[in-house]
Amino acid sequence: MTEPLLAVRALVVRYETEAGTVRAVDGVDLDVGVGETLALVGESGCGKSTVARAIVGIAPKTSGSIRFSGTELPPLGTARRRPFLPRLQMVFQDPDASLDPRYTVGASIDEPLQLADPKPPRGERTRRVAALLEDVGLDETFAVRYPHELSGGQKQRVCLARALATNPSLLVCDEAVSALDVSIQAQILNLLRELQERRGLAYLFITHDLRVVRHVSDRVAVMYLGQIVETAPTEELFASPAHPYTEALLAAVPSLSKRGDRTLPVVRGEIPSPLRPPAGCRFHTRCPRAFDRCPRESPPLYPKGPVETRCFLAAPE
Amino acid sequence: MTDRSPLLEVSGLSTELATEGRTVRAVDSVSFSVGRGEIVGLVGESGSGKSMTALSVLRLLPAAGRIVAGRVLFDGTDLVTLPEERMRAVRGRRIAMIFQDPMTSLNPYVRVGEQVAEGAVVHLGLSEAEALKKAVSLLEQVGIPDPAERARQHPHELSGGMRQRVMIAMALACDPELLVADEPTTALDVTIQAQILELVRGLVKTRGLSVLVVTHDLGVVGELTDRVLVMYAGRILESGPTGDVLARPLHPYTLALLRSMPALGGPKASRLSAIPGMPPRLDRGPFGECAFAPRCAFVHDACRRGDPALVPAGSGRERRCVLPEEDVR
Repeated sequence: MTEPLLAVRALVVRYETEAGTVRAVDGVDLDVGVGETLALVGESGCGKSTVARAIVGIAPKTSGSIRFSGTELPPLGTARRRPFLPRLQMVFQDPDASLDPRYTVGASIDEPLQLADPKPPRGERTRRVAALLEDVGLDETFAVRYPHELSGGQKQRVCLARALATNPSLLVCDEAVSALDVSIQAQILNLLRELQERRGLAYLFITHDLRVVRHVSDRVAVMYLGQIVETAPTEELFASPAHPYTEALLAAVPSLSKRGDRTLPVVRGEIPSPLRPPAGCRFHTRCPRAFDRCPRESPPLYPKGPVETRCFLAAPE
Repeated sequence: MTDRSPLLEVSGLSTELATEGRTVRAVDSVSFSVGRGEIVGLVGESGSGKSMTALSVLRLLPAAGRIVAGRVLFDGTDLVTLPEERMRAVRGRRIAMIFQDPMTSLNPYVRVGEQVAEGAVVHLGLSEAEALKKAVSLLEQVGIPDPAERARQHPHELSGGMRQRVMIAMALACDPELLVADEPTTALDVTIQAQILELVRGLVKTRGLSVLVVTHDLGVVGELTDRVLVMYAGRILESGPTGDVLARPLHPYTLALLRSMPALGGPKASRLSAIPGMPPRLDRGPFGECAFAPRCAFVHDACRRGDPALVPAGSGRERRCVLPEEDVR
């Protein structure tokens, strides 16, 4: 088997805080293939954004391996990292935090082109900016506009154009459509799909929104308190969730048709603090199916076909 | 139906906002009612006027906002013309509110028990000890474990979900008749959102509370509300019983909104039906055409001839569209 585009193994990210050590990411493995979309889903504090930030290098990993096209990624800021910058890009939830308000849209998209090696000449760069704007569904007149003149959806398109400028093979999208109204969100999701088909892009799609997950992804990894609890092909995960937490997440999504008459009970309790994750299975404090083994032992990921489940109930007989 | 005279009856409500020298009609001739024990949803995207409608009802508009027309009858009293002094006696006591971010509504320096008790001291004249006892009981009713201990904690010691429960306990302190909830679960994780929605449904059943909920999420509408008003560009485009509206929308905008949501089940579409373009700028109004016409998949000449009126469509429904109902599908 050839190596996937991105291979993360035993990733650990720890933070020291006044209250103690936060194990934000605690032993995560994941693969993203060429042209594939992997969704990483979970609730606040599960560590999904930290995984994304560790991959692009803005959150230093504590231990573990992050390989890209077969090569271990050197730390951000080192000369050895430079060749990887164009190929691995990230889009965030809030375009205002990513776009410099003093730069025109054109200048923002041009900036990463200057990182390219060799740097294209100026005239060529202007043409590339116009082509990138067209790729994301904006006409070239946007090049001379400033972020404050744009709507939220247009700004996110500009962030996409900027991320695509260096022709990456992997785009990490961290809640990239979460702040958008549903009609605009649909526009951006369609655009992401078109870009993938045209460019063979792979996405690591970080989101809390299960509707978006089902629409965009080929495979899904579900995180809870720093660990992956289930990985499965998307259709399989939605049709028959294997982990009780995945089941609870799906049951909690508000439905358009069944008012009040839930088939599954609402999961009880709060998400525990990542400062003090529960012993044993981390989900046992909220799990409707927990039994005596769950608080005592930590389950491994049990594989079954293409599905991996961190639950004793999925253990082979 | 006995005593179904609506608790809240809003008619012809218009609210303007002054921004950068221009005037924007954020709420445009909005009429609706909320019955006793009923949950009504105001749904729309950013800038649709849904929050401004709720804030107008509460008379909590920002300084630049002004109600320019209409009535807000609450149990027969027009809140629009009520002197501020008397409005304050209604707000917090008979009409309570909760907002998206509990941290902006909670005082970080005051123990949550005292904050929940405050309304009962101010509005109901309870002694502090009585009010505190009531507060602990309310914290228990909204599902907070160890309520007596929690009452002694400060907001920062609680999770987001617990803080929203505290907000609901505060809102209930004076046994209000109407709860106005503006995006009450938007900041919460999906499993916690499900718990809060269940809590609100339970309170409506046990207390006969009426709820006006503002949300951008059609899922929250479907889970929580009895009736829904779909807002766009400051006006209502469609209203009716929630199940009917979501199952068979009669306005192209509602249909387009539903279709732009990715589905959780069924066959997977390779493309979503996005709504092209953007919502209109309200400072350019009034519209000489249907406000949704520039983005509507069904637009034809008649849509451009004038702004259609909101008309009854049978079975307690209303729509603002000139197309025959059967063509919207």
